Amino acid sequence: MADQTLPIAGALDLTPIHHRPRPLVEWLHDWVITVDHKRLGILYIVYSLFFLLVAGVEAICIRIQLAVPNNHFLPPEVFNRFFTMHGTTMVFLVGMPILFGFANYLVPLMIGARDMAFPRLNAFSFWLTAFGGILLYYSFIGGFGLYGMGNAPDVGWFAYAPLTEKPFSVGHPVDYWALALILSGFGTLGTAINIIATTLSMRCRGMTLLRMPLFVWLMLVVSGMTLVTITPLTAAQVMLLIDRYLGGHFFDAQAGGSAVIWAHFFWIFGHPEVYILVLPAFAIENEIVPVFARKAIFGYPAMVAASVGIAFVSMGVWAHHMFTIGMTSVSNTFFVLSTMLVSIPTGIKIFNWLATLWGGKIRFTVPMLFAIAFLFQFLIAGLTGIMLAVAPWDWQLHNSYFLIAHFHYVLVGAIVMNIFAGIYYWYPKATGRMLNETLGKWHFWIFVIGFHITFDTMHFVGFLGMPRQIYTYEPDRGWGHLNMIISIGGFIQAIAVLIFAWNLIYSYRKGKAAGNDPWDAWTLEWSTPSPPPVYNFAADPVVNSRRPLWDLKHPEDPDWKYEA
Amino acid sequence: MKDVLRATITTSSLSEPPKRASNKVLIRPQMNFMIREHGARAIRLTTPLLIACAARSAWGDVPQQVPSIFAPESTPADSIFHLSLFVLAITGGIFVVVAGLLTWALIRYRARGDDTSEPAQIYGSTQVELAWTVVPILIVVVLFLTTARIIFAIQDAPKPKSALDVTVVAHQFWWEFRYPKLGIVTANELHVPVGSATFLHLLSADVMHSFWVPQLAGKTDVIPNHPNETWIEPQRPGLYLGQCAQFCGIEHAKMLLRVYVDTPTQFAAWVKDQQQAGAQYPQVAAGRQIFETHACTNCHAITGTAATGRFGPDLTHLASRATIASGAVPNNPENLREWIKDPDHFKEGVLMPAMQLDDHEIDELVAYLDSLH
Amino acid sequence: MLSLIIGECGIFTIFVVAYIYYIGKDLSGPTPQQVLDIPIFNTVCLLSSSVTIWLAERQIDRGKMKSFAALWGLTIALGIIFIVGTGFEWHKLIFQDGLTIRTNLFGTTFYSLVGLHATHVVVGLIGLILILLFTLTGHVNETHSERIQVWALYWHFVDAVWIVVFTVVYIVGR
Repeated sequence: MADQTLPIAGALDLTPIHHRPRPLVEWLHDWVITVDHKRLGILYIVYSLFFLLVAGVEAICIRIQLAVPNNHFLPPEVFNRFFTMHGTTMVFLVGMPILFGFANYLVPLMIGARDMAFPRLNAFSFWLTAFGGILLYYSFIGGFGLYGMGNAPDVGWFAYAPLTEKPFSVGHPVDYWALALILSGFGTLGTAINIIATTLSMRCRGMTLLRMPLFVWLMLVVSGMTLVTITPLTAAQVMLLIDRYLGGHFFDAQAGGSAVIWAHFFWIFGHPEVYILVLPAFAIENEIVPVFARKAIFGYPAMVAASVGIAFVSMGVWAHHMFTIGMTSVSNTFFVLSTMLVSIPTGIKIFNWLATLWGGKIRFTVPMLFAIAFLFQFLIAGLTGIMLAVAPWDWQLHNSYFLIAHFHYVLVGAIVMNIFAGIYYWYPKATGRMLNETLGKWHFWIFVIGFHITFDTMHFVGFLGMPRQIYTYEPDRGWGHLNMIISIGGFIQAIAVLIFAWNLIYSYRKGKAAGNDPWDAWTLEWSTPSPPPVYNFAADPVVNSRRPLWDLKHPEDPDWKYEA
Repeated sequence: MKDVLRATITTSSLSEPPKRASNKVLIRPQMNFMIREHGARAIRLTTPLLIACAARSAWGDVPQQVPSIFAPESTPADSIFHLSLFVLAITGGIFVVVAGLLTWALIRYRARGDDTSEPAQIYGSTQVELAWTVVPILIVVVLFLTTARIIFAIQDAPKPKSALDVTVVAHQFWWEFRYPKLGIVTANELHVPVGSATFLHLLSADVMHSFWVPQLAGKTDVIPNHPNETWIEPQRPGLYLGQCAQFCGIEHAKMLLRVYVDTPTQFAAWVKDQQQAGAQYPQVAAGRQIFETHACTNCHAITGTAATGRFGPDLTHLASRATIASGAVPNNPENLREWIKDPDHFKEGVLMPAMQLDDHEIDELVAYLDSLH
Repeated sequence: MLSLIIGECGIFTIFVVAYIYYIGKDLSGPTPQQVLDIPIFNTVCLLSSSVTIWLAERQIDRGKMKSFAALWGLTIALGIIFIVGTGFEWHKLIFQDGLTIRTNLFGTTFYSLVGLHATHVVVGLIGLILILLFTLTGHVNETHSERIQVWALYWHFVDAVWIVVFTVVYIVGR
């Protein structure tokens, strides 16, 4: 069943592309000048996997430093640069590019289009993002060079003013941070505009908005959010640069400027940003859970509504990052309410996934294992989120390791897990070969165990009063043993990631052939050969329901009969 | 090892109702007892985990002073503690229900054997979906109302007339404490009386900091050009540790805080002592001479001498403090000598410069500083 | 383009919010009341350019290239008058009143907000001039009407933003 050629337009009479050996330069040149959405998608993903390794190394250095009290593995200024770069890299150079990479690769395939709406803009956006990342890392060798770690940013990823102002931050670390992020921010904007235009105007015949796969829906919502949240960050960073270079006073407390307004501006971006990262993870979950539970997604319209709901509510919750900043009791109360409201659409999503599993025939493949781990971990992340939303408790938990544990549960436990799931799921489509299932299971179990050792423990060290962003701590605080456990967990995760990297390389050469549709799935991308040809579909496909391939495989009981 | 266990036992004995202060200056709405019961059970569930973690400690021989948020010793921290137990109970309940359902679904509905047939396709159900929308809404309403009550109780607490006022000025990377009504200026070690409220007026001299002593109150950011206020009402004498909780630059990690909660007699004695001018013993006049003729006076003040600097900590009663360098090291002559010689040794990147004095001068200076009780 | 405009709205919103937040928070002068004059002539020019560009769009729809070029040119002229007017205003502020971007909070926020808008006007003008050149060399005809409308949309946006900026800076802020 898995390998049959499906009688759908686009899958007919196509033999996989033959790879003839070519000179390396020509091959590289092809990749650099490409405007093909699939190649750009792969570029995005490779780019962010590279930075995932880099940020992982930074994280490991941080954990070695914190494993025992009063450690001298890293000097304080290097530690400060590492945690700033770790955060900035993970959010801007790993999280966003990899998710836009998935969107780039899959959105046109899923809606039956031949490319994005603006292929050249697409390439331009990628290279902007890429150079933004390179500029950020150039800071390590800029300035005084590698000695003293150059000019790498050292102000925390949220770069609170006035620490970022000229008097408190000499040299160029803040400038690298602001300029690199403005640059990659423009790249992100370009991609977001492109995705919106593509989904709105490039859908194939029969693909109404309410027949789009949920993946596409979520990417559309994410792109819309990107438009209105990246821009405030850009504006705030321009103000910061005006302060630093033209002598402005936006955030200069000595001249009446305000540190609080930077916090507002940053979190107006920063909070929706979390949803920009997590909604694509939901998107991947929405594709994987139904396929391996062998059931249609439960409550499709509710899922769409919940996604749009999350997007809107998330714009009004930013100040829950600022409960300790000294707002009035009334505004604190308002943001408690708005923050708690987010849990309602999020809860709907979790229940819908649960209902999709209910009554299915669940196949525990590697992508499904990651998707299931996501469900449990995201549940915990959501519940610790509610704890942080309780403002008085947040006065204790804010900026403690509990907070760190919470957002790593979201970013690693939910998002990275689903990125892994997505790679295991679509790798066969992109390369034509399956990832090794045994290595994949090793990767999964070692990673999950390491993850829980590290991040479960982090909650407790937060309860014991350990604040974030400290390069060392006193032995008398009772944090030493817990930190040692956290660090050990970090190493276990690193081993798992190495297994994963090996799997990617090994399977690319020796993996078993995938065929068009290895998972017996239902969305349009599985009707094309693996890897898909440049033009995706030989003839434009026509769809009648949300699961076009289900209809083909089950002509006796097609979906369109049940969709209102 | 024993000490670690003792530290965690402090955490595990939290479930006892905290002692109320005899001094009832502030009357605050308390969470009802049913809530406390529930929450206490939840915390009992988590403590074995903590102990298990602690048992593996390799640093058992260091006396522990754990600033746990679950060992509150002051009114705001205490009401937060009870709120947190309530929230833990609710979220714990949600976790058990949802995770239980998930696990059950995974086991019950796993694919078995070679069965390749497709299960029944279900597309949704309005009733079920409505149900699981309404239930979370109800939970949110309950949580929100409870939270709102505590927010107002803590943030808008009326200030009693007898409250002690302290102005806290945060600097990169140390704390200045001023008692405007008592005419005291000190640094890094805050003294407050037990059983009555202290209101802290928070100012920053440079960048953003955050004042956090977990056992006494939640944190409040200290922001330049944006004065904040917080208060504590400690119920048991003792030493409580905290530190800056908002990244403020290179030595953020060593911007530590010590709060001494004194009995009324101890506090009165401390106040009396601090109000004196700096001690002047003829034996250490040479050291004083060095202090007054070097750049020390640009940043440090000692009442009764020519030194009136404001950038660094007031040293009038330096020897009465247990630590130097904002809690980084114990205050003894060896550490003082090292500190003056090379401040970076304890705190790399600290704003105090190395003073380039010869060994003899440093000895004299240390002897003088050590006499400033 | 609509997406881009939504994004741009984000940037402007932040600058406007900063301006409003800092109104009256200066520690030193000069204040807006002392130095700002209301640029009525400028405003009229910019807003009427929205009308002329709309008329131009209608002409190209009907295929009347000559009157399109004339109206398009008029739009450009009005835009240039606006930019020059802003230039004179800034010249007066800097050399007569001594207000620069580093003087005080008003200076910082005023120059950033008005400058941001002026930058958009310049970008808009460059686009308009390019289109005019293509029209005069005969490369534009009624088949391009839709593309022309996209750029006109941008110009309308720039004008609309001016209404906001004008209200905030010259009416609320004084």
